[in-house]
Amino acid sequence: MGNAKKIKVLVAKPGLDGHDRGAKVVARALSEAGMEVIYTGLKQTPAMIASAAAQEDVDVVGLSILSGAHNEILPEIVKELEKAGMEKTMVLAGGIIPGDDATELKAKGISEVFPPGTALKSIVEYIQERIS
Amino acid sequence: MSETEKLANGVKSRDARCIARAISMIECGDECSGSLLQMLECSGPPVLGITGAPGVGKSTLADALIRHYRSMDKTIGVVAVDPSSPITGGAVLGDRVRMHRHYTDEGVFIRSMATRGAYGGLAPASMGAIKVLSAAGYDMIMVETVGVGQSEVEIMHLADVVSLVLIPGMGDSIQTLKAGIMEIADVFVLNKADLNGIDELERQVMDFIHMSGINDNGSMIIKTVASKNTGIDKLSEAVTEILGRKKCR
Repeated sequence: MGNAKKIKVLVAKPGLDGHDRGAKVVARALSEAGMEVIYTGLKQTPAMIASAAAQEDVDVVGLSILSGAHNEILPEIVKELEKAGMEKTMVLAGGIIPGDDATELKAKGISEVFPPGTALKSIVEYIQERIS
Repeated sequence: MSETEKLANGVKSRDARCIARAISMIECGDECSGSLLQMLECSGPPVLGITGAPGVGKSTLADALIRHYRSMDKTIGVVAVDPSSPITGGAVLGDRVRMHRHYTDEGVFIRSMATRGAYGGLAPASMGAIKVLSAAGYDMIMVETVGVGQSEVEIMHLADVVSLVLIPGMGDSIQTLKAGIMEIADVFVLNKADLNGIDELERQVMDFIHMSGINDNGSMIIKTVASKNTGIDKLSEAVTEILGRKKCR
């Protein structure tokens, strides 16, 4: 512990979606893998998420979305992160996101989309392999 | 100009990214963090410590206080500490959740920190983070400790005013006899004052104050319901009064 560089992850629920069980489970799994996870709560706007990510200086932003608004709101968050000077931040998404949408989102700056049924271990490994 | 100088200048002009990166540098023990800290002049804003057991409402109280001070047009820097796991070294930092209405307010900067093995209720880099936020010119710094037990008293060395948040139902008068956290409070915030047992809690704290021989002019005990913004004005008055008194000393 002590001073070593820790992977920092912001976990947020964008938009009007009050179901945060998944986000909490992922937050817990990432922390058990030794990461520092900042949980920002429900019903976040893209600007709120970007501002929190910038202040917390995170390496990764994890977005959990079940509302169906992912095509609208996720690219918006990528834009807001750029505006906040966080263009290098890895953005991950999880939730009910159909495969075709996932492909499109990846073209718009989302690094990876984790659909329902994803093993927690694979999310942890995805981050660990890419963030030193 | 060196990178560190650029960063220090960014902090002084209150650039959010520079402030955030500066705190990270100190947090990671970067080799440049020492010279960075030297470059940051400290304007010395008041530091308000908020401490107390888990779940007493520290973050909610911080949220209510931020709102209060923002209505007076004061800018606020917040350092919110949560525990690191002693097993994995990871952490879930959740204090920020209670303060979400201030996320996009440029007059408020919130930084979460994990204890990373420190045992005094704060993070190893808390002092550095306070220095960075001070140099950024925030009018007041709030430091929220982890949920403390009885002996995590590190906050007394960092804060100008220590507010200890207590709630009804946490134990009888024997608890207030014991050494430790009760002794470092400048102000006792009796939160969740709408719950049963608040009068008994107030009596216990009054007893403690009298037994300790502290000359209380009535400003040491403040009853609040932070989630309803009740009592926040009185707490702010008490904080101002304590700051004034400490300056005179």
